[in-house]
Formats: sequence, C-alpha cells, structure tokens
Amino acid sequence: MLEYRVEIALWAISGIIPFFMLNIWTSNNLNESINISDVMLSRYFLCAFFVRQFSVVWVVFSFEEDSLMGKVSPYLIQPLNPFFRYFAQHLAEQITRFPFALIIAFFFFIFNPESLWIPNLGILLLSIVSTFLSFLIQFLIQSIVACLCFWTEKASSIERLLFIPTLFLSGLLAPVVSFPAYVKSWIYLTPFPYLIDFPANLLSGNDTNISGGLSMQILWIFLLFPLFKKIWSEGTKKYTAMGS
Amino acid sequence: MNLRKYLKVYKKFLHTSLASELEYKTNILVDLITAILSLVGSIFLLSIFFQNNGYIGGWKFEQALIIQAIYTILNGITNTWFNPNLTEIVKHIREGTLDFVLLKPIDSQFFISLKKINPSGFLEIMLGFFLLLFCIRINQINLSLSFISLSLITISCSICILYSLWFFISTTTIWFVKTWNAIEVLRSFLYIGRFPLNSFSFSLRVFFSIFIPIAFITTIPSEVFLGLSQYWKILLEVIVASVFLITSRKFWLFALKFYSSASS
Repeated sequence: MLEYRVEIALWAISGIIPFFMLNIWTSNNLNESINISDVMLSRYFLCAFFVRQFSVVWVVFSFEEDSLMGKVSPYLIQPLNPFFRYFAQHLAEQITRFPFALIIAFFFFIFNPESLWIPNLGILLLSIVSTFLSFLIQFLIQSIVACLCFWTEKASSIERLLFIPTLFLSGLLAPVVSFPAYVKSWIYLTPFPYLIDFPANLLSGNDTNISGGLSMQILWIFLLFPLFKKIWSEGTKKYTAMGS
Repeated sequence: MNLRKYLKVYKKFLHTSLASELEYKTNILVDLITAILSLVGSIFLLSIFFQNNGYIGGWKFEQALIIQAIYTILNGITNTWFNPNLTEIVKHIREGTLDFVLLKPIDSQFFISLKKINPSGFLEIMLGFFLLLFCIRINQINLSLSFISLSLITISCSICILYSLWFFISTTTIWFVKTWNAIEVLRSFLYIGRFPLNSFSFSLRVFFSIFIPIAFITTIPSEVFLGLSQYWKILLEVIVASVFLITSRKFWLFALKFYSSASS
C-alpha cells in the first residue's frame, strides 16, 4: 500500500467536498436557521470528512474486475471467503490514509483556528467504533451488490445508483438535522444517516442519540449479514468462471 | 485536414461503439435512473439551502435551477464522450496499444477522444434540456436570436473547457501511468459547478476562477440565460476556452515525445 502514496493522497483530496459544502453554509449564514453555530458546523463537516475517509468502500469495483478476468476461480478454491481478502485490503488502505487525512485536518485548523477542539477519550473511542460499524454496513451493502456480478456483468452500475442516496442522505453534503420534516420523518429508519451523520455528530460533539445510533448500526449489520451469506451461496452456485 | 474523411470515420466510431454498448440494455436503464436520482438529489440539496433563505449568493431558487440544468447537460456530455474515452486512453497507455493508434493515418487526438460513446449519457443530456426549458418558463425568459446565439456560444465554450480539463489529465497518464485518483479529484472539484460561484467565499471564488476555471463552466452560461452577464465575461470565457483547447493540443503533442510504449 505504501507504494501508492501519491494515489492515496489524491484519494484523500478527492474527499474534500464536505469542505466546499461548509463554505456554502457559512458564507451564506444558512446555519442560523438550523441553530448550529459556525464552529459546530465546521467541526461537523470536518468529522464528516474523517468518517467518509475511513468508511469508503470500493469492493464492487475490485470484485467486478476480478470476476470478469476470471481471477475469482482460484479464490473460490481457497478455504476462506474471498471477501476477507478485500476486507483486509480496505483496512490496510484506511491505515495508509490516516496521515494524509491528518494533514488535511491540520490545514483545516490553520484556516479555521476557532474550530479546534479535542474530543474526550470516551467519545473518541465511541466514534471510532461507530465509524467502523458504518464501514461494515457499507462493506456489507457493497458486497451484496458485488455478488450480483454472478448474474450480471456490470454490477458497478447498480453500485453507482445506490451511491446517489448515500451521497445525499448520509449527511455528507448537509447535516441530517437541516433536512425538511417530510424527509426526517422516515430517514432514521434507513441505514443512510448512520453512515456519516451519526458518527460525525458523535465525534464533533453535536447533539445525537448515542445508544440509539449505535444500536441501529448493529441492527443493520445483523440484517445485512445473513442476506450477504444467502446471496453469496446462491451466487457461487451460478458461477461460470468468466474469462478463464 | 480532410473534414469529409473525419466525418466518415466518426460515423464508423458511432456505429461500432453504439452496437457494443447496446449489448447492455439494462445497464442503460440503471444509468438513466441514476441520472434522474442524482438530479432529484441535488435539487433536494438546493431546497435545503433555500428553505429559510430567499437568496444564496444573490441567486433565487428558480435561477439556481438553471445552473443545475446546465450542469446536468454538461455532465451528460461528460458521461457520453469524455469519460468512456478517457478510460480508453489510460488503457491504451498502460497496455502499450497506443502504438496502433499512432500508426493509423489519422490524427491521434481525434481518434482517442472520440472513439467511444456511452448512449446512456444522452438521456442525461435530454433530462438537462427539459429542466432548462422548464426554467426558461418559470423565469419568464424571452427567447431572442441574440440570446440563443450567446447561450450557445457560452455553452460550447464550457464544453471546450471541460474537454480540455479531462484530456489534460488523461494525457498525464503518459508519465504517471495511473491517473484514476487524479480523475476523482477533478470530479469532486467539478461537483461545485452545481452551485452559483457567488455562494462561495472570496478565496474559493478566486481559486475556482483562476486555477480550475469551474466558474466559467456553469455560472457564466446561466448568467447569460438570466440576461445578467456582461459582455466582457462572455469574451473572457471565449478566450479561456481557446487557451485551454490550444494548450491541451500542444500538451498532447509534447507528451507524445515522452511516450515510450509498454510491454512490446
């Protein structure tokens, strides 16, 4: 992973959309209407950036390529689910990305010194746990989509479709508190706000229901995992070893 | 330059890539739903910004919708032409098949920028046009000949700038081989083209007009639609677009000198 330092640095830069959004919010004083101060909002978006950096998943794209090239066949013989391999790759890259994310945070605090804060240890640990749970949820959803590769050649376009609600509803572009009431009434039943909004609120010290959020995250994992197991066992039966 | 020959070749390109893309019909449907959802999502985001404010950066909601429409059209064009071809360029360079392109008795930039086409982008372009027509109605814009020609000029300039940006990044593949992430960076910067330039703080505005001219891509055409644009801005966009086009051409020819082929 260290071989691709430039790549990963660029990846980290490509995640800076939350900062552009923050800029729109603060330069137009939009946050007054939702009762969040400038400082809290900038912390929120910084945390959203961090959560996104450590929960981003691309297993569909790796799996689709491997499946089209016929690389999945040798993996299937091994006594380990191939998704463990991708899981380990994701974890390794997250660790490599950490220093770059810190550098971006450093620059952020230079431009916004007033928003510097140190979360207490308990909150920090809890938010690391919830970020990891958010990563697990996204990894499971994408693995389920990836398994569709067994039926169709281009599962990545389904992933691109699923990415749209994730982008707009997860809180990456606007905190979920700012959403209109007709969306807020149902959004907490979907997995989306627990992907970025909940961990980011937790880390930045904004109001949030900690136990409720964590239990919803765990609930979604328990719902998605059997689904993944099922689709995986169905899919491997359909497997036709393309390209080999 | 033999224009007739190039048109004929382009017709063949269209035919072959359409034939191969139509193999994946469900894929096109999924892409259409993606385009619609993405437009709905960004209008939703815009409505959050406007829920308690009448103006963002001096733009009303109805006016900001024009930017969304133009962004959608340009994004459709990117998905139809720039994105699939760029993917090909990267592959050509990595696998050394650029040799075959260079040997052909045809301009290499023409070949690699127009070889492929992705028909699902057309639907996005149409979606953008519908939104644009709707915006023309709700903003009560009078269509006149000068207005139509000005908006066509600015939009084609935007397309040129966009093309040059994409082509510039794909050209750097000759040195760096892997440029996927540079593309992601460009994508995320282009994303701010969905919002009026004035809604950003001064320093970002300067950044997005000078270093990466995203400001020119959507804001100036939208201002033309609203009749707000001054002539010097349009002139500036024409100049920026031609500078970008010429530079991307020069840069490609320069980069080819460093192309050393691969695995052959």
